[in-house]
Amino acid sequence: MATNISFILNGDEISYEVKDHWTLSHLLREEMGLIGTKEGCGNGECGACTVIVDKLAVNSCLYLAIEVEGKIVETIEGLASTSGALHPIQQSFVKNGGIQCGFCSPGMIMSSKALLDKNPDANHEEIKHALAGNICRCTGYVQILESVEAVKNMGGQNE
Amino acid sequence: MKAFKYLSPKTVEEAIAFHGQHSETSKFIGGGTDVIVKLKEGWMEPDFLISLKKIEEMSELHKNEATQELSIGAMVTHATLEKSLMIQNDYPIIYDAVSNIGSLQVRNVGTIGGNLINAVPSADGAIPLIALDGVALLHGPDGERSCDVKDIFVAPYKTILKPGEILKKIAIPPQASNTGSAYIKFGRRAAMELPLIGIGVLLTLDETKEICIKARICLGVAAPVPMRAFGAEKLLVGKKINEEILIEAGKIAADESKVRDSVRGKAWHRKEMIRVHVRRIGLKCLEIIKNNS
Repeated sequence: MATNISFILNGDEISYEVKDHWTLSHLLREEMGLIGTKEGCGNGECGACTVIVDKLAVNSCLYLAIEVEGKIVETIEGLASTSGALHPIQQSFVKNGGIQCGFCSPGMIMSSKALLDKNPDANHEEIKHALAGNICRCTGYVQILESVEAVKNMGGQNE
Repeated sequence: MKAFKYLSPKTVEEAIAFHGQHSETSKFIGGGTDVIVKLKEGWMEPDFLISLKKIEEMSELHKNEATQELSIGAMVTHATLEKSLMIQNDYPIIYDAVSNIGSLQVRNVGTIGGNLINAVPSADGAIPLIALDGVALLHGPDGERSCDVKDIFVAPYKTILKPGEILKKIAIPPQASNTGSAYIKFGRRAAMELPLIGIGVLLTLDETKEICIKARICLGVAAPVPMRAFGAEKLLVGKKINEEILIEAGKIAADESKVRDSVRGKAWHRKEMIRVHVRRIGLKCLEIIKNNS
């Protein structure tokens, strides 16, 4: 059973025939080749597959692809500018040691973006609350939290 | 995951009709944070998945200004409740419970109705709704009926819902003045964790703010289904409220609980935590009443 859906993916209007039982992470990774989004547990426990749907961070492994019809989807691939310059959050993760093995990074960065888009001045507790569903098995949480906090001081420069 | 046909009705009646057409082979899905895991694991293998997401009335959250009744559509997400200033200010016990369910990613999608219908003994969402004397409105092939939220639960993973029946909304009756309520999810960590024990307390005092005229002490993971500690509640009603009597209520509630050993914790530990937290959360209720006046 397949259904044709239209949605906006990283700023582009997309029309795609999806199987009703596909998850969003399956659509992104296996069908569209956007493998920046990682799938860790596949059960909504680890947050590695986090993407943003209509401004909300969601686990793409627990979200049916068919349900993004008419919605705005953002993935890690949409963050860098067309010239290849990294987004300030990505720059901050690189600069502050927020990236260790890298597997959790796309999810961490998307959760951070959902938070900072809404609340650019988020404090330490708010950052922890927003990132609590993203697990880092290198256990580098201190640098990750520092990376998100440091974005505030970058003045939104995208260079 | 086995293939299925996804149906997206716009009304409750349409959803029930879809279910009637494929009763043996269809399942309802709300936010999906529990259902999709069950589909992936093969615990559920429907041919038709009937989504409730497009049914607008089920996603409504509003307070009737005339009757002061709060209506929570079953498809209201945990994050919507968590972010609502009305919930934060007037129903702190709901805020306490929903703000630590799963993770933000789960709360952005998962719904309060789904949390109830999934009927795990640890459902954080159930405790505040029971403490607030919530009434569940069910709609099925035979029409509408209602029951106390507490009576939804029959056994772990089992509710009173009949095939084809949908939990449409939860109605919270008006709260008396001088009421305070709070919930604590006690576990090893705040996020992505089921509670070792969940404790919700609601107290209403008389106009002198000394005598307790209503008490609700509700416990999660303390029995196969969410429970009220009736003995502890009875002790408090009609009495002058202070720390000593809350300590006594904590002891009674711990004795009334039917806690057991599990992978997450031992029965004796759960009992101790009920004893300690009934007092602590009771005092928090008194603090809320004081600050609101």
